[in-house]
Amino acid sequence: MTIYILRRVFNYLILTAVASSLAYVLASIGLNPVWELQNRHPKPPQSSIDQLLDAWGVNPSVPLIQRVWTWFTNIFHGDLGLTVGNQPVTQQLLVRAGVSLQLLLIGSILGAVLGVVLGVWGAVRQYKLSDQVVTIVSYIVFATPVFVMGILFMIVATDLNNLLGIQLITFSGQYSANAPDGFWPQLGDRISHALLPTLVLMIAGAASYSRYQRNAMLDVLGADYIRTARSKGRTRGSALVRHGVRIALIPMSTFFAYSFGTLVAGSAMLEIVFSWHGMGELAIQSIQQNDINSVAGSTLFVAILILCSSTLSEILYAALDPRVRR
Amino acid sequence: MAMPEAGLLTQPDDAAAEPEEVGPVLSTKPASRGRVIWRRLQHSPRFWIGGVVIVFFVLWAVFGQFLTQWSPTDQDVNNMNYPPTILHWFGTDILGHDLFAQIVSGLQKSLIIGFIAGPASTLIAGVLGATAGYLGGASEKVIAWVIDLLLVLPSFFILILLYPFTKGSWVVMMIFLAVTGWMIMAQVIRNQTRSLREREFVKAARYMGFGTWSVVRRHIIPNVASLLIIDATLGIAAMILAETSLSFFGFGVQPPAVSLGTLLANGQSAATTRPWLFLFPAGTLILLLLAISLVGDALRDAIDPTSGVNRA
Repeated sequence: MTIYILRRVFNYLILTAVASSLAYVLASIGLNPVWELQNRHPKPPQSSIDQLLDAWGVNPSVPLIQRVWTWFTNIFHGDLGLTVGNQPVTQQLLVRAGVSLQLLLIGSILGAVLGVVLGVWGAVRQYKLSDQVVTIVSYIVFATPVFVMGILFMIVATDLNNLLGIQLITFSGQYSANAPDGFWPQLGDRISHALLPTLVLMIAGAASYSRYQRNAMLDVLGADYIRTARSKGRTRGSALVRHGVRIALIPMSTFFAYSFGTLVAGSAMLEIVFSWHGMGELAIQSIQQNDINSVAGSTLFVAILILCSSTLSEILYAALDPRVRR
Repeated sequence: MAMPEAGLLTQPDDAAAEPEEVGPVLSTKPASRGRVIWRRLQHSPRFWIGGVVIVFFVLWAVFGQFLTQWSPTDQDVNNMNYPPTILHWFGTDILGHDLFAQIVSGLQKSLIIGFIAGPASTLIAGVLGATAGYLGGASEKVIAWVIDLLLVLPSFFILILLYPFTKGSWVVMMIFLAVTGWMIMAQVIRNQTRSLREREFVKAARYMGFGTWSVVRRHIIPNVASLLIIDATLGIAAMILAETSLSFFGFGVQPPAVSLGTLLANGQSAATTRPWLFLFPAGTLILLLLAISLVGDALRDAIDPTSGVNRA
């Protein structure tokens, strides 16, 4: 089993390396980091522009393949180059990674758990009222882009705050600068800020997971081994969990990996809508600022996230399906 | 993936369609697959609800401009930032643009992008997936590797990276949307084709000397056509969703052109103070996407009754 997983992970590693290098190539061709300098009046001397280009390692007079290679090999020294503000990209990434991971991990884990529970529940109570309500809600969630859902929740939260007369839910930034000191007030402040974006990400994730889990569970429910488990004396609940849910989770583990990319993109959008200074904001700002190194850095971060999620789903798959373990 | 409807619960589509299928015994021709599917669709409320809403939106996009005296670019400076009135049905934005006229124009763009890019990405998925699965060997490895590679980055990020290459043209963006949206379906088609390749009728065609392209076109594609039809339908929704997301964040349709995404972006800052600017485009988008996915799922159930609502 270990060799199987190692082989898969090695494959993912190569894909990640190639994809992030290609992203660097795309950014290098598409972006002109000195566009703003060249359009200044008066224009700065060409020599200073070249100096900046060299400092960022993006001088177009150096062959592209050589620039990519330098960027790629520097990753292993923990160096991702400088931003257009002449700060190390690595430092930017470290600051922002925490912000992004908080939203992404809490949101997607809660979403997966809720989705699996709702899916199993829907399958067991197929066609009952509760199943239909969950189905209709998940259809509406599917049809709502996450950023639209985020803003709709903001509108509702504003009305709620006005109705209560207090600022119960806050939705701008990750924390308030003027929150009172002390552990509990600070934590409360963070939760008040994190509530809406995390909720939106959770709902978006749960909607798609619950549909797939429901389908996978329905496939399993009619299977002979469930009947066997029941007839040998297991209770209904125990047979469903030990023999049903576990089997139904096997196809889900692959689906988690596929859908994780959508969640990463969704959480990047939510960061911007809720003005969190995370990785999504960095990716979008750096394109607008023609900042090649930051674009490449943030895409590398996303690619590594996907790498981790794919690896996790492989391990989950092997853990659930004994046929893979050899 | 199916929404159960009260009328269908006790009586699956199949059973409902059966009397009609048995009816024309006198006819020597068996009911064709297309007619069976069409009959099942006719009994699906989701198909009708979704279809009617889609037709409504298409008609609105085409003829909506004749319903209002305003053009999307008119600026009514006497009525800036007005909530919905008799004069401006959906209100006006900060520059005095009529929101009704703008939504009609945005809907046109979003629909065009969805209806072209969705089926186009399905076409790519079908051709590449079927070719890879049928040929096997090196070409399959290459295509599978490209699919894996494109899945490493979420397509939203790839499209942002490609944004500088669009030079602000939404037609180029539409092409990029199609080029980055086919991977998962191609995987499915590839797996289907691999099992089809071993079937007798495909082997027979091959041994009779038909070339790769003829076998793929005459035997493989028709057998995965149902998957492709479902994907093309749901792909329209996926592409409209991708377009609005990109345009919302400034990487898609560029002003002065409007799409549902740019309207949402304009409405965002005013969402809590002048909600109509956000709610009308958001409602239009959500209803449209909901209708398309209802039709897509009704199609899925009609084509493959063992999945979704009619399963055991």
